Amino acid sequence: MYRYDEYDQAIVDARVAEFRDQVERRLKNEISEEAFKPLRLMNGLYLQLHAYMLRVAIPYGTLDSRQMRMLAHIARRYDRGYGHFTTRQNIQYNWIKLAETPDLLADLASVEMHAFQTSGNCIRNISSDQFAAAAADEIADPRPYAELLRQWSTLHPEFSFLPRKFKIAVTGSTIDRAAIQLHDIGLQLVQNDAGEIGLKVLVGGGMGRTPMLAHVIRDWLPLANYLSYMEAILRVYNRHGRRDNIYKARIKILVNDLGAAEFARQVEEEWAQVKPLGLDPPPSELARIAAHFAPPVLDANAPVEIDLSNPDFANWVAVNTHPHKAPGHAIVTISLKAPGEIPGDASADQMDIIADLAQRYAGDEIRVTHAQNLVLPHVRRADLFDLWQVLKAAGLATANLDRASDIISCPGLDYCTLANARSIPIAQRLAVKLAPQEADLGELKIKVSGCINGCGHHHAGHIGILGVDRKGEENYQLLLGGSGAEDATLAKILGPGFDENGIVTAVEKVIDRYKTLRAGPAERFLDTYRRVGAEPFKEAVYG
Amino acid sequence: MAEPNLFRLRTDPAHGAPAVPLADYQAGGTVVRLEPGDDARLLIPHLASLRRIDIAFPKFREGRGFSSARILREAGFTHEIRAVDVLYVDQLMFLVRAGFDAVLPETPIDPAVAERTLKRFPFVYMKATDAAAPVWALRDRA
Repeated sequence: MYRYDEYDQAIVDARVAEFRDQVERRLKNEISEEAFKPLRLMNGLYLQLHAYMLRVAIPYGTLDSRQMRMLAHIARRYDRGYGHFTTRQNIQYNWIKLAETPDLLADLASVEMHAFQTSGNCIRNISSDQFAAAAADEIADPRPYAELLRQWSTLHPEFSFLPRKFKIAVTGSTIDRAAIQLHDIGLQLVQNDAGEIGLKVLVGGGMGRTPMLAHVIRDWLPLANYLSYMEAILRVYNRHGRRDNIYKARIKILVNDLGAAEFARQVEEEWAQVKPLGLDPPPSELARIAAHFAPPVLDANAPVEIDLSNPDFANWVAVNTHPHKAPGHAIVTISLKAPGEIPGDASADQMDIIADLAQRYAGDEIRVTHAQNLVLPHVRRADLFDLWQVLKAAGLATANLDRASDIISCPGLDYCTLANARSIPIAQRLAVKLAPQEADLGELKIKVSGCINGCGHHHAGHIGILGVDRKGEENYQLLLGGSGAEDATLAKILGPGFDENGIVTAVEKVIDRYKTLRAGPAERFLDTYRRVGAEPFKEAVYG
Repeated sequence: MAEPNLFRLRTDPAHGAPAVPLADYQAGGTVVRLEPGDDARLLIPHLASLRRIDIAFPKFREGRGFSSARILREAGFTHEIRAVDVLYVDQLMFLVRAGFDAVLPETPIDPAVAERTLKRFPFVYMKATDAAAPVWALRDRA
């Protein structure tokens, strides 16, 4: 875990003081709402349908028990006793009072947390692999590189008024749990023949109105100069990205218009200008940061074999744990998707319980996943049963990771001013309907967005649902065949949309057809769809 | 020309000549105005004669001027770079670090708030065009 030094703490404390000053000026009407809006947005404070919403940054989705307890405290003190974990590995609070936000930010700063750049046309929270430092398939821990990016992008003088928001993901594995092909910049740690580690650079991916997969613009970027290369990408984007139409302002449009090769050429040209300016920190800085992420000391004699005679426990172990790189250990995913509940929500009490478990069993670390679940990354297999019993008592032992009821959903029209349709109730109804048969269905990723902006990642869903407004009525489009993993594809619309009841029925018909079409129990829905195409599903739904 | 809203961080006398648009600029001219879409690099051959460069920010969302200023500083321009039009006191730190040393906003800047704003952040994370050392340099020295 990265720990702040006096410099990091001073910057975050200054930010709290700055925002306190800005809020005071706003409350005294010394600045207009129009002038205040971009300032509050840069601190993650949105005005939603019912109240202010505050988005708190969880850099690369990593936090410790002390920080999780603070998130619980904030839920109790400033909200209604719960928080909502997001697809950007952050947490949102939906019932915030403007006058209280400076105190809230001060509370966060006391545990080395902040809301820097969780909104606005700037570089947003850097996301990463939730299994970092634990997964057996990893080349190196991506988080030191993400932390250096966090620092570099914080209050950047040139890149705080970009054409549009900007999202960067970093992964250290060929198994992509961070959706790097769907980010403005995706970075993948790679190893060359000499055993050196560098970065593969992807640019121009994204979802929203115009979904696109990213292009590789560099196969190998030396780590010593990756920040100056980021400066070059951002400068080309800041100068040439479209500003005349907010729907065409993301970097993906620029990369697409120029072509990836020409975009890459312009970046190289700019890099040649900025690389000699001394923008890259010395290797000692990366080494200093990396030392904070030293792997936890794990029990070298941890037993691999455990008692799986309790069938519910055995099922949860099979579904919600992954192999750890250290023998006798496991990576535990805590599902925040109990069927019928709001995806990604956790109560303050649940947060406290998870903090206790992390401290007791998981090297004091917790991760937030972009699928809105939580992870305990380093757990002895021998401790799994005790841990599971605590989770079960807290309503947190749902065994549905990557299954039909593990649905990503944006807040939708229940909270969000941008939404055209509700998404949470659709996710809830589908989860309740599909949960009984999800074991049979295997991996099935369903993702629901309440508007074209796609915060629910519907384009990356094996089954995606997009809520739109059709003549004042909520209408839901059905998309099939998307993936945000290393085999990334964009889901395609199947046909005309449905009302709320109709979309639930349509998904059921798609799933019933899949069961008759699949080549065997191991063939995932996505693989069946890729093998047979959309036609049989179209026929099942509209036929 | 009286410019009551001019907020200046330089001590030398302001070069008061009116700015000409880049399209009308002729070699030897001393003041030019860049619009957001203008390529700042076109001025690099003329930096020796220029005494002031105005960079326009027609709306709050506009951010190209930050790159323009930085490019001009990177190319060695040491005279005044002035941000003009829609700018607010809360942007001062970004402007100064990107290379601006004067602001002519449409609405006046409260000097007391400006002073607080400019002193707000004791450290910075990244190297820019101003003299502030990034924290990685301070850490390396320690």
